[in-house]
Amino acid sequence: MSVPTDLWWSLFVHFASLSLLAVGGAITTAPDMHRYLVGQQGWLSDAQFTSSIALSQAAPGPNVLFVALLGWNVGLNAGGGPAGGAMAWGMALLGVTVAMAGIMLPSSMLTYTATRWAHRNRELRAVRAFKTGMAPVVIALLIATGWLLTVAHNQPARDWPLWLLTAVTTVVVWKTRLHMLWLIGAGALLGALGWV
Amino acid sequence: MPSPTPTPLHRPASRRELFWAFTWLALQGFGGVLAVVQRELVEKRRWMTREQFVEDWAVAQIMPGPNVINLSLMIGGRYFGLSGALCAVAGMLAAPMVVVLSLAALYGSVAHTATAQGALRGMGAVAAGLITATGIKLVAALDTNALGKAACVGMAALTFVAIAVMRWPLAWVLLGLGGASCVWAYRVLGRVDAARTQGDSA
Repeated sequence: MSVPTDLWWSLFVHFASLSLLAVGGAITTAPDMHRYLVGQQGWLSDAQFTSSIALSQAAPGPNVLFVALLGWNVGLNAGGGPAGGAMAWGMALLGVTVAMAGIMLPSSMLTYTATRWAHRNRELRAVRAFKTGMAPVVIALLIATGWLLTVAHNQPARDWPLWLLTAVTTVVVWKTRLHMLWLIGAGALLGALGWV
Repeated sequence: MPSPTPTPLHRPASRRELFWAFTWLALQGFGGVLAVVQRELVEKRRWMTREQFVEDWAVAQIMPGPNVINLSLMIGGRYFGLSGALCAVAGMLAAPMVVVLSLAALYGSVAHTATAQGALRGMGAVAAGLITATGIKLVAALDTNALGKAACVGMAALTFVAIAVMRWPLAWVLLGLGGASCVWAYRVLGRVDAARTQGDSA
């Protein structure tokens, strides 16, 4: 980790190349990030990689922030770890910038250009067909995502309170206008008390 | 034939409003922002209809890159062009970035306690419910779909089985089922357009 310029450029190129492959969300490219950052380059430990994903899931905001955390840890390691002082924190922030720019710039430029084109040509039959045809598919994807998150906890004897909490939340959000933060807070409290 | 919207849509008055709206919804988005986007922008602020939201989400999903970032780009860009797109994305990322980096800096002191792990478990279960409910609410947007409600529900059921039961990779499902659905919609819309043209000339 003694050639930072080379490191930043390689980091940027890796994330930028994954950006255009990330159909269905940045998280779908996580396995390849692991292969490169942990396996091939050794810039991150396995534990740092896993905790970056877990922390970004726990925090509010888009899931892509796990990439910011990966960049943060790569930079921190390059700067000598938390013991490296101001230098290490500066490197960590640089890592965040490089990683996020890489994962976002190519896909964002493509999306912005393509959607402006589609908006100008929204009367085209092909554009209308795309929106009409994809609607049922993406709605089903949402429901399937909720389902997969629930059945990831797969021990009925232990996990049934968790399933009940998910079911109750579904009905409450569907049928009422209760603010979502109350539900998140309730979930955190029930979990912290060990009830679910 | 889209049905008329019951109440007129609003729009953000300024880029500043756009930025803060996206900041606020990003900060509420534990375990995914999409459910919050639907509730804030469709139900509360009324910047878009349910149908428009589904259309935009379909595009954001099929384009490469982070979905919610794509969605922010599209919504911001519609109101204020490139600067609007940048404001929306900045709002979506800035505050959560500070939160997540703070968490990372503090990590280690609480992450291993049973309380913290339990809280995460509970929040995860709620997040699963939020996402499921958002999907269920959006089913109503299929009422005006040109494919017809029954066909839409059938296609949705196939997609659910492919992802949740068969566990096929997302890209294949989007290309395969999504592609077939689009081709079918293209044919249906062709017939609808032809019928309309005939009706106009008669």
